[in-house]
Amino acid sequence: MDALRNPTNILSAIVIGLCAIVPFAAPAVGEPFYVIVFARIMIWAIAAVSLNLIMGYGGMISFGHAVYLGVGGYTIGILAFHGVTSAWIQWPLAIGACALISLIFGAISLRTRGVYFIMITLALAQMIFFLSVSAERYGSDDGLNILTRSDFGVEFYDLNHKLTMYYTIFAVLVASVFVSWRLVNSRFGLVMRGAKSNDTRVQAVGVSTYLYRLSAFVIAGVMCGIAGLLQANLENFVSPDMMDWRRSGELIFMVVLGGMSTLFGPVTGAFVFLMLSEVLASITHHWHIIFGPFLVLVVLFARGGIAGLLTPRSARE
Amino acid sequence: MNNAALDIRLEARSLQKSFGGLMATDNLSLEVAHGEIHAVIGPNGAGKTTLVHLLSGLLRPDGGQIVFEGRDITRLSASARVRRGLARSFQITSIFREFTALENVMLAVQAGQGHSFRFWRPVMQDLRLIDPAREMLERVGLGARTDVQAGNLAHGEQRQLEIAISLATDPTFLLLDEPMAGMGPEESQGMIAFLKELKRDYTMLLIEHDMDAVFALADRITVLVYGRVIATGTPDEIRNDATVRAAYLGGDETGEVA
Repeated sequence: MDALRNPTNILSAIVIGLCAIVPFAAPAVGEPFYVIVFARIMIWAIAAVSLNLIMGYGGMISFGHAVYLGVGGYTIGILAFHGVTSAWIQWPLAIGACALISLIFGAISLRTRGVYFIMITLALAQMIFFLSVSAERYGSDDGLNILTRSDFGVEFYDLNHKLTMYYTIFAVLVASVFVSWRLVNSRFGLVMRGAKSNDTRVQAVGVSTYLYRLSAFVIAGVMCGIAGLLQANLENFVSPDMMDWRRSGELIFMVVLGGMSTLFGPVTGAFVFLMLSEVLASITHHWHIIFGPFLVLVVLFARGGIAGLLTPRSARE
Repeated sequence: MNNAALDIRLEARSLQKSFGGLMATDNLSLEVAHGEIHAVIGPNGAGKTTLVHLLSGLLRPDGGQIVFEGRDITRLSASARVRRGLARSFQITSIFREFTALENVMLAVQAGQGHSFRFWRPVMQDLRLIDPAREMLERVGLGARTDVQAGNLAHGEQRQLEIAISLATDPTFLLLDEPMAGMGPEESQGMIAFLKELKRDYTMLLIEHDMDAVFALADRITVLVYGRVIATGTPDEIRNDATVRAAYLGGDETGEVA
């Protein structure tokens, strides 16, 4: 198989394989702490995959994408706070809230292009951020503890069970990559990629791109919202920090680092980004001094990100 | 052509467009009859591309009316006009450079098959897209280049692809903005022959700098200067028109005419 000779695919397989065995491998080597680390990273990876869908394939650089982590998470938190813990109510509401917010935000921001699009997505996301900060009832800055995880009401599927929680996140990650793959290669994806490449030309073959771009924006918002509701469950906690604008920036960076417009790039990007910051932080307190220049170098010299570095020169053009 | 039996497909009525103080289109009217190639010529800055933008809907006129097949399309979006059968090509090659030649045409074919809210099935397995797209590439002479990334095609090939994309939308009318732009003499000859062949199936409005091409192809010619029509007529009438000679054709710079 040609696919196995491609280093990017091999790396992807290693990362996915690692995720699959960590709950057993980590305790076996005496580092059970890595189970939670991997779970957290996978949630970021889902969010990065969703951002890549609109940024990498649709050319829409959203600088407010983390807001959907917050909206998904807070929906769970607020419902739990009011005693609604059934997943059958919580999850559809969280998804619906993200769909609604991304529909409104997308409808507004997609009327602009370029830098204006970046700024308006940031501004809209900040509105929700400050809303969460000002919500005293739900903990303001301090965040909101979630006393019980989403309850599916069945014995064999309980998120309080460590393995169930972990493999739920794992399954969502695999599904999000799979869904992206199908979307990008479908008729819908062809229009979306065409609009990124040359929007005027898409119009000139008779397709009004606005609704397609908006749909992609909503799909990405929902996908990121699912990451948010998983994060709320995993941490038993939500706070405004989830949707701080710096989180949005980090998401953009994960995508660029791993390789924009590649299916698996955002996943490796999230892993390298978070592992590296973890490792550097354990070496020195001033780890940002190393991390910052590293990010600058990647942008300057490895424009295709990790996926770009691994792609043989001959196959690039 | 018999003037009494003219079946007018596209009509511009008193179009106006200005950019700041510059009048790019000044009370411009023209008619294109069924089956003809109607060429629009004029010196640089005469407003030829602006005219194509107005007719195709990329620009909105400040005044006037555009009628296509008997319907007023002045307020229709660019994409809606294409769906009615009014396709265009671009002077500056406008293709999807990251796509293969085949994918470029597939997107245009797909656009003609209704909405694209189909999220699941891979296009590269969709013979309803692939077959017509291949056929179209064969037709413009790119049959052997289907899998080449469009950005890597030679300039002349990109011009052919540009036409293939426009044709793949299944139009009845073509607005061609300098299809020969940047082509060598041999490639131009090939394009002229190809446009002659297309004439059987399409009505065309042709913007072109290459006078050989214009006089070889056009049934009628409209001459624009500073956004105004200074003459319209058959190639012979235009060649002998005193105003045209003075303003444009007879000028010492342009040299010999056809």
